[in-house]
Amino acid sequence: MTARNSLRLLSLAILAAALLVASIALGAADLPLRAVLDALSGGGEDPARTIVLNLRLPRAALAVLVGGSLGLAGAVFQALLRNPLAEPYVLGVSGGAAVGAVAAVVLGWNLYAPWALPIAALVGALFAITLVLRIAARAARGFDTRVLLLAGVVVGAFFHAVILLLLSFASADAYRSAGLWMMGSLAAADWSAVLLLAAYLMPAIVVLLLMARPLNLLAMGEETALYLGTNVERVKLASYLIASLLVAAGVAVSGVIGFVGLIVPHAIRLMWGSDHQLLLPASVLLGGGFMLAADTVARTAAAPAELPVGVITALVGVPLFVVLLTRRVV
Amino acid sequence: MSGPPVFEARGLRFSYEGAARPALDGVDLQVGGGSLYAIIGPNGSGKSTLLKLLLGALQPQAGAVSYAGRRVGDWTRRALAQQIGAVPQGEEMAFPITVREMVAMGRYPYLGVLGRPSREDREAIDQAMERCDVIELAERPLSRLSGGERQRALIARALAQRPATLVLDEPTVSLDIRHEMTIFELLAELTGSDGVTVVLVTHNLNLAARYADRLLLLDAGRPAAEGTPADVLSQEIIEKVYGWSVVVAPHPGPGRDAGAPQITPLTGEG
Repeated sequence: MTARNSLRLLSLAILAAALLVASIALGAADLPLRAVLDALSGGGEDPARTIVLNLRLPRAALAVLVGGSLGLAGAVFQALLRNPLAEPYVLGVSGGAAVGAVAAVVLGWNLYAPWALPIAALVGALFAITLVLRIAARAARGFDTRVLLLAGVVVGAFFHAVILLLLSFASADAYRSAGLWMMGSLAAADWSAVLLLAAYLMPAIVVLLLMARPLNLLAMGEETALYLGTNVERVKLASYLIASLLVAAGVAVSGVIGFVGLIVPHAIRLMWGSDHQLLLPASVLLGGGFMLAADTVARTAAAPAELPVGVITALVGVPLFVVLLTRRVV
Repeated sequence: MSGPPVFEARGLRFSYEGAARPALDGVDLQVGGGSLYAIIGPNGSGKSTLLKLLLGALQPQAGAVSYAGRRVGDWTRRALAQQIGAVPQGEEMAFPITVREMVAMGRYPYLGVLGRPSREDREAIDQAMERCDVIELAERPLSRLSGGERQRALIARALAQRPATLVLDEPTVSLDIRHEMTIFELLAELTGSDGVTVVLVTHNLNLAARYADRLLLLDAGRPAAEGTPADVLSQEIIEKVYGWSVVVAPHPGPGRDAGAPQITPLTGEG
């Protein structure tokens, strides 16, 4: 890591920290910044303290975790598939998760146990990952990422048909809940969810960050990667599985939040290039920060009503991305 | 002029799935240490396949390849990457990176996953870029280089590996005379003063004749001739393998390679 890149990461970390404080300060109850900082540093008084520590902080932490995971998974899939259009959901994970979640809603499981929906979504996502992998393994010798991409796209399309089928049997209420889930929300955040997710996501994020050099080589080409000492098949399989599992957990807890995994890595690339040693950690930080900002808007823009955060990420992210794209020559 | 064999291959056979005939069949090869060895032959004669077998990207269905006395498959990829620098053909970076970032990849075999680049790594990168005359382009995006600059940057990456052996697949394809000559001069310098062994595939028979110590001529996957340029590049052999009438005349000089056989294809023949 060069000094310049360390500085870039530091600036993103400061940005994310500032967004974290701002996101906690803003919300339905007006909290002065002073009270927020007091509560965060272990002091403060109720009710500000409870609001900050038990409501807004876990939600902000979830935003950072999910946003960081989506940003990172997007960057990894783009390198693995050598395709700038790849995003975390390109290989059908979101379709599988959505089938699980919609089934849970339509069949009313979520009314019996609050954990039924995320668990059903996770099972659906894991099923999608297994299915895509098995199709790809059967269609081609070795692990051909072009076949993987095709398998992911068709499996995703099939799952979306299943979702529409399920929804055609749904009551109006179930239809609405399923629709909202599919647009993404971080409202389910509490400390137990955040800690569980963190215990799962943090090791996966660390392992993917360690794959920066092999991913640099894979983005050059598989032959180059082999000749520069990479065990190509192992790196491809590991990065696919770990990134997919990362997305599966995020989507199970917060629904399908689009565009983060596409926009964030490209914003970094347009600013600072594609060296994955910088791109991967920067995508985690910017993804987390972007999600914090989007969730804050989702909570406050139409308060007391809450907007789906996936809608915000798309509405804000896409124009921002277009500006970046047209200003800079790739 | 050449030391003990670096690459040794015996009885190589390889067929691609679903192909009517093997891409390679019965190929033997011995590349002496510190020599420049050129593999030539018509399109589809198996040159690139042979390189991939030497580099372990493909596994032979019969026969064996060894590097420095050890079967290629028995080397770890990382140990092999510290020995052999390879310049494959036609790989495109999917995303924008600078020349320096790309050349720096040549040090990955030494760094592994976590290692921090040392002073030696940075020196190897700078020296390789200087040697290939791309140091002024270091901060430029790879996508904005010309064909010649790009090829030199790829060779710089291989040199940053500080390899004992350099393997190149048509390194001068689509380059103009000056850029092509620069690359061949560099390869000659590497084999001469640096003792690097060079194996390359090329379509330029006349430059192969002037620079290579030995040639292997492939024809439809089989060895048609092997030996010094004077042995391999005879009118009879070339006409038979390429199916075109040629004249072969010694290079008139000046230069250290005066007398090397030079091939001129004739017009109005066939």
